Amino acid sequence: MSCCAPGAEMALDLVSPVSVLPSSQEVKLASRSLGDDLHQTDLSVPTVHCGACMQTIETALRKLDYVEAARVNLSTRRVSIRWRGDEVPPLVAVLGRLGYPAHLFEADTDAKDKTLSELIRAVAVAGFAAGNIMLLSVSVWSGADGATRDLFHWVSALIAIPALAFAGGIFFKSAWNALRHGRMNMDVPIAVGVSLAYAMSLYETITHGDHAYFDASVSLLFFLLIGRTLDHVMRERARTAVKGLSQLAARGAMVLRGDGARDYLPVGEIEPGMQLLIAAGERIPVDGKIARGTSDVDCSLVSGESTPRSVSPEDTVQAGVLNLTGPLTIEATAAAKDSFLAEMVRLMEAAEGGRAHYRRIADRVSALYAPVVHLTAFVTFVGWMAATGDWHRAMTIAIAVLIITCPCALGLAVPIVQVVAARRLFENGIMVKDGSAMERLATIDTAVFDKTGTLTLGQPKLVNASSIDPAMLAIAADLAAHSRHPYSKAISGFAVSSSQHKFDAVAEHPGFGIEATAAGSIWRLGRRGWAGWKARTGGEGKHGYGGTVLTKNGMIVASFVFEDALRLDTRAAIDQLHNAGMCVAMLSGDTAKACAEVADVLGVDDFVPCLLPSGKVERIESLARDGHKVLMVGDGLNDTPALSAAHVSIAPATAADIGRNAADFVFLRESLLAVPLALHVSRKARSLIRQNITIAIVYNAVAMPIAILGHVTPLIAAVAMSASSLLVIGNAMRLQGFATTVASSETARQDRPARAGALARYS
Amino acid sequence: MTTLAYLIPVALFLGALGLSGFLWALRSGQYDDLDGAAERILIDRDDGAENAPRSK
Repeated sequence: MSCCAPGAEMALDLVSPVSVLPSSQEVKLASRSLGDDLHQTDLSVPTVHCGACMQTIETALRKLDYVEAARVNLSTRRVSIRWRGDEVPPLVAVLGRLGYPAHLFEADTDAKDKTLSELIRAVAVAGFAAGNIMLLSVSVWSGADGATRDLFHWVSALIAIPALAFAGGIFFKSAWNALRHGRMNMDVPIAVGVSLAYAMSLYETITHGDHAYFDASVSLLFFLLIGRTLDHVMRERARTAVKGLSQLAARGAMVLRGDGARDYLPVGEIEPGMQLLIAAGERIPVDGKIARGTSDVDCSLVSGESTPRSVSPEDTVQAGVLNLTGPLTIEATAAAKDSFLAEMVRLMEAAEGGRAHYRRIADRVSALYAPVVHLTAFVTFVGWMAATGDWHRAMTIAIAVLIITCPCALGLAVPIVQVVAARRLFENGIMVKDGSAMERLATIDTAVFDKTGTLTLGQPKLVNASSIDPAMLAIAADLAAHSRHPYSKAISGFAVSSSQHKFDAVAEHPGFGIEATAAGSIWRLGRRGWAGWKARTGGEGKHGYGGTVLTKNGMIVASFVFEDALRLDTRAAIDQLHNAGMCVAMLSGDTAKACAEVADVLGVDDFVPCLLPSGKVERIESLARDGHKVLMVGDGLNDTPALSAAHVSIAPATAADIGRNAADFVFLRESLLAVPLALHVSRKARSLIRQNITIAIVYNAVAMPIAILGHVTPLIAAVAMSASSLLVIGNAMRLQGFATTVASSETARQDRPARAGALARYS
Repeated sequence: MTTLAYLIPVALFLGALGLSGFLWALRSGQYDDLDGAAERILIDRDDGAENAPRSK
């Protein structure tokens, strides 16, 4: 039961600057009232993974005052809590103390879950009907005749009615929608075939005929519904997983009224001119101007700039910026709907269209397929009428053609491959929004990366640690532990556990650094100009004016150089993309110098620095005009319009909310190898889909002539239909094993030279 | 023929029983948390911790 000793993860994982826990006001804002003073709150707890976790969480939460019930759902990694009263119990704090960071979960998925349960109910009803009717049909085929056969046909007809009405309704509705708008889809031949077969069988039954096709029409529905349900499950699972991740956008803010009262208002109610209190560690909800206080802010999600910016009164800040070190009072200059965030949403909507006219393979095939099937059936009917003049016989054969060519295998061919592929990606921490994303990814020839947060982690790393006096480094690390500035976090990683320095007074000066006194001397860690107040001459040093230094009584004793840490396996991922024939480019909002360094390390030859969000969109659109299919990988708010402009897009899980929602794929792990893996699996899936469609078409090419010639009995039709479906499913399953071996061998191949290089560097 | 008159209704009734059982299970949320149910069996329920404390 020690698979997840609570707390261990938290100790290792220093709270990262991007994961800001929701405040209790936010929890209240997001909770749902169940009436009678009872509220329900849904929290996403991504680190739950076994029974012990469930028990720990449920027991701890139930012990809290006012909590009525708490229940963990292990499948969705969520906990729903019911509580009473006006005050929110300290749910998030308790979970955090147990070692499970919790995020608010938007409980608006009820409508979509309804579709799924409707589909499952339809599958159940269709399965029941298909099973029973098939039983009766088998006895008819084995020789029941006369009154018995009529009885069986009547019973079948009775069972088929609810099945058609309930399970078939999904297809009838969709077909009717398509026809009303003058379009054709896969559901049109299904609806026509099924209802014609039922009507014809009913006529046969009334006139004591030999053959009835109730079994064919219902089992057709059953198979098609399975395909549709799988398709739906895949999309829904990915969507909820993406939604359940942390919410980065602030939901509300503490408003300071003129009379000194403080109110927590939802973002939508904040108006220009209001004074907002932003504590250290909170995100700024709307565009504003700083009224009081100094601090450092992290703009990496907004502009792509990797270096924290220090701000003081009269500076302007954009929505989405993270306040790092000191409390700020800002005056809102725009309402939420006019803020930077909303501007990005508008740009995003304008940029949409790179993929809007993409049509899924299945839809393209069915647009061609449906008219062909209808035409063939009609021609068969006319042909037999002309040849024999027997309208009853002509009708029977035409229906047989319609049923046997109904896209049973075709309806399964695409979703089953996509479900298997999505599962494969899911196991590797990659979420797919929908199947068409995989089809689009398989066609790309250019990959465009954002820099900060995508190729790099957006977190600074100390690079000159080896040239710093270890004693000084230890002092600096102990000092740095008192601050949440990214540079401090990078330095505090070098703390030596044995030597805890005793500082008498530690004070953080937002925008400058940390000051402490120990044994009569003043230590400062921060900006060169502030910390090294005695070292005026040569203060610029070789690292420039802005460098970070440690000083003792104003004399510089150590200086620190940082660079943005690269994401894991970035080099290997870019090499794999090059090998796969991709052009790789980098678009960034950061400075040319920072971009050039990263591009140089990674071997990216094409990069454009200092881009505005609209500039990124323009670059992507011009690439698209040149006939390239562009993949965009990015995480920031400033990337969001570019993510929707690109043919297909991928975002890391640390991305801004709207970025994650705009992207087609979201990868949860740190390694950038997720990108080439997604590409590989998508390409494999595309070839399997093509094979499956070929199988379905070959099956039809064989079966159709037999049906047209009138040799198909219901038994043959049923067997052929099931066999082709099984063949298609079996083919799709090949993706599971194949992709594993290829991916792992590729990683191994990529790892070896990298490791050799690392050894060479160290020796 | 007479046997069929009651065998078919019996067969259909049993099938319908299974179907309605499944639909009931679906509606009462038994398929909501498939992974959790497997783990939950290992947990000692201390709902009534105050009246029946267990020694651990």
